[in-house]
Amino acid sequence: MLEAIDVSYRAGGRELVHGLSARFEPGQLHLIMGPNGAGKSTFIKLLSRLLRPSGGRVVYAGRDAAEWADSELATRRAVLSQAMELAFPLSVHEVVKMGRYPHFGGRPSRHDEAICQEVMDFFDVAVLADRSYATLSGGEQQRVNFARVLAQIWEPMPQGHRYLFLDEPLTFLDIRHQLDFMKKVRAFGRAPDVVTVGVVHDLGLAARFADRLILMRDGGIAAQGPAETVLTRDLVRAVFDVEPSFVPASDGRGVHLVFD
Amino acid sequence: MTSPSRDSGHRLLFVLLLVLCLLMAASVCFGAIDFSPAQIWRALGTLWPGHAGGTLNERIFMDIRLPRAILCVLTGAALGVGGALMQGLFRNPIVEPGLVGTSSGAAFGAAIFFVLTGMLKFTAQPWELPVAACAGGIVATYMVFVLAQNKATGRSSIVMLLLTGLAVNALFLSGVGFMAYIARDPQARSITFWNLGTLSGANWHAVTTVGLTTIGGTLLALRYAKQLNALMIGEEEAIYLGVNVNRLKWIVMTINVVIVAVATAFTGVIAFVGLVVPHILRMIKGAENRYLIIGSALVGGILLTLADLVARLALHPAELPIGIVTSVVGVPVFISLLRHREYVF
Repeated sequence: MLEAIDVSYRAGGRELVHGLSARFEPGQLHLIMGPNGAGKSTFIKLLSRLLRPSGGRVVYAGRDAAEWADSELATRRAVLSQAMELAFPLSVHEVVKMGRYPHFGGRPSRHDEAICQEVMDFFDVAVLADRSYATLSGGEQQRVNFARVLAQIWEPMPQGHRYLFLDEPLTFLDIRHQLDFMKKVRAFGRAPDVVTVGVVHDLGLAARFADRLILMRDGGIAAQGPAETVLTRDLVRAVFDVEPSFVPASDGRGVHLVFD
Repeated sequence: MTSPSRDSGHRLLFVLLLVLCLLMAASVCFGAIDFSPAQIWRALGTLWPGHAGGTLNERIFMDIRLPRAILCVLTGAALGVGGALMQGLFRNPIVEPGLVGTSSGAAFGAAIFFVLTGMLKFTAQPWELPVAACAGGIVATYMVFVLAQNKATGRSSIVMLLLTGLAVNALFLSGVGFMAYIARDPQARSITFWNLGTLSGANWHAVTTVGLTTIGGTLLALRYAKQLNALMIGEEEAIYLGVNVNRLKWIVMTINVVIVAVATAFTGVIAFVGLVVPHILRMIKGAENRYLIIGSALVGGILLTLADLVARLALHPAELPIGIVTSVVGVPVFISLLRHREYVF
C-alpha cells in the first residue's frame, strides 16, 4: 500500500501543493485529474519520490519513502513519463534492457533477457528489437518505453508491493493506442500486489478506466473516490470551469462526458 | 539468450585491438631512425638481467622510441575515454575534455609547476607534476561547469558550455603563455609544447604514471557504464532506475579530469581526440557505454598513434607537434557535428 499523509511541497518560495492525503490500494487503478497547474505532476513526483516533500510523509508499505535505498526502491517502483528522447543512438532491445538494470550487477541473466522478451511481446515491439530507438515513430517509442518501465517491475517481489506511476503517458499516442495502453495498464495493475497511480488528462478515459479518481485544484485535493462520486456535474463544473453533459455509453459500460 | 549485436560488439573490439597492435609495431619501427624487427628484438634483449648497456641505437630504441609509442597509446586512450565519459555525462556529442577546460587547466597546472621548480630550485617528487596538472584541470573544469550553469534551472545549455569553455580555455592558455614567458628553463619555454601537444618528451616515468591513471580510470569508469547508459534516457529516468545521479556526475567527472590531466601533464594539450573517437564508435555500433568506453580507449590509441606517425614522417626527419595533426582531423568533424543542429542542441 502507498499512502500520502498531509504532504506539501514548496519550491521557489511558493507552495505548489498542500495538505495532500490519500491512500492507494494494490490491485486498483488510481488516476489523478485536474486542470493545468493544479499540482498533478508535482503530486505524482512526490509519490514516486523524485521530489521529497517539504511537509508530511509519503509511506511505502508502512515505511517512510525517505528510508528506502535508491537501489531497493528501483526494484519495485517504476515510472512512465511523457515521451523520452535519447541523447545517443541505442537499439530498442538496449532501451528495454535498462528496465532490468536495478535487478542485475554486471551482465543481465537469462532470466532478465527472458523478461525483456516478454514485455516486448506484451507491447508488440519485439519486431523492433534491433531497430534504433531514434528511428521509431512517436507512438512506437512510447510503447518501447512502456516495455522498459514494465520490465522493471514485471515480477512480484518476494515481499511487499510493486508500484507503477504514470505521469501523463498518453501524450503523442493516437486514440487506439491510448485505449490499448490503458487496458494493458489495468490488466497489469489487477495483480494483487501492484499499486497503480497515474495522471491522465482525458476525463473520458479516466472515467472509463479508473477504480478511484483524485480530483485536484489549486494544489489541493478537491475530491476523491470512485468515478461516479467524483465526476459529478457540480464538481466538474467547479474544478474545470466547463459545462459537462453525461451521455450513457452505447455498450452500457459507464458514461461519456461531453463538454460545452 | 545472446543477442547478435552484442557478439559483433566483441568482434569489433577484438579487431580494434589487432589494428592497435599493428600500428604500435609500425610506430616503433619508423621515425627519424628506422629500426628493423631484428634490431628491435636485440634492443628488447637488453632488458634481460646481466645484459650490459647496449649500442647507442639500442638505447635510443629503449629510452626514446618505445616509451613514446606506449605513451602515445595511453594518452590517446585517456583522451578517448575522457571524451566518451564527458559526452555521456552531458548527453551531448560535442563535449570533450579540450573544450571544457580540462586540458588547458591541466597544462596551466603543469606549467606553473615546471616554472616554480625551475625558479625555486627544489627537487620535484615524481608524483608532484601529475598532481599539479590534476589540480589545474579540476579548477578549470569546475569553473566552466559552474559558470555555464543557468541560475534558475541548474542546468547548463550546450551553447553556454561551449562559450564558457572558450573563455576559460583562453584564460588558462594565456596563463600557460605567461609561465612560458617568465620561465628560465628552455624546456619549459617551449610554448608550442603546451599549446599544440607533443610526445617528444616521453620517458618511462611518463609511461608508468599515465599508464596507472589511464588503465585504473578506465576500469573504474567501466563499473559506471550501466549508470551512464541509464543517464542517456534522461536524469529523471535514471533516478527512477535507482541511479544516484549527483554522485554519478561527481565520480565520472573526477575520473575524466584525472586521466586527461595526468596525460596532458606529459604531452601538452592534444585537442579533438576526445571529440572524434566516441563519435566514430557510435556511428559504427551505437552508444552502449561499456562498448563505448573500451572502444574509445582502443580507437583513441589507434588515432593518436596514426597522428604520431604522420607527425614524425610528414616533415621527416623533423617532426610536427601532434596537436596540429589531431586538429586538422578533428576540426572538420567538430564543425559537421555543430551543423547537425537537431542532433546537438
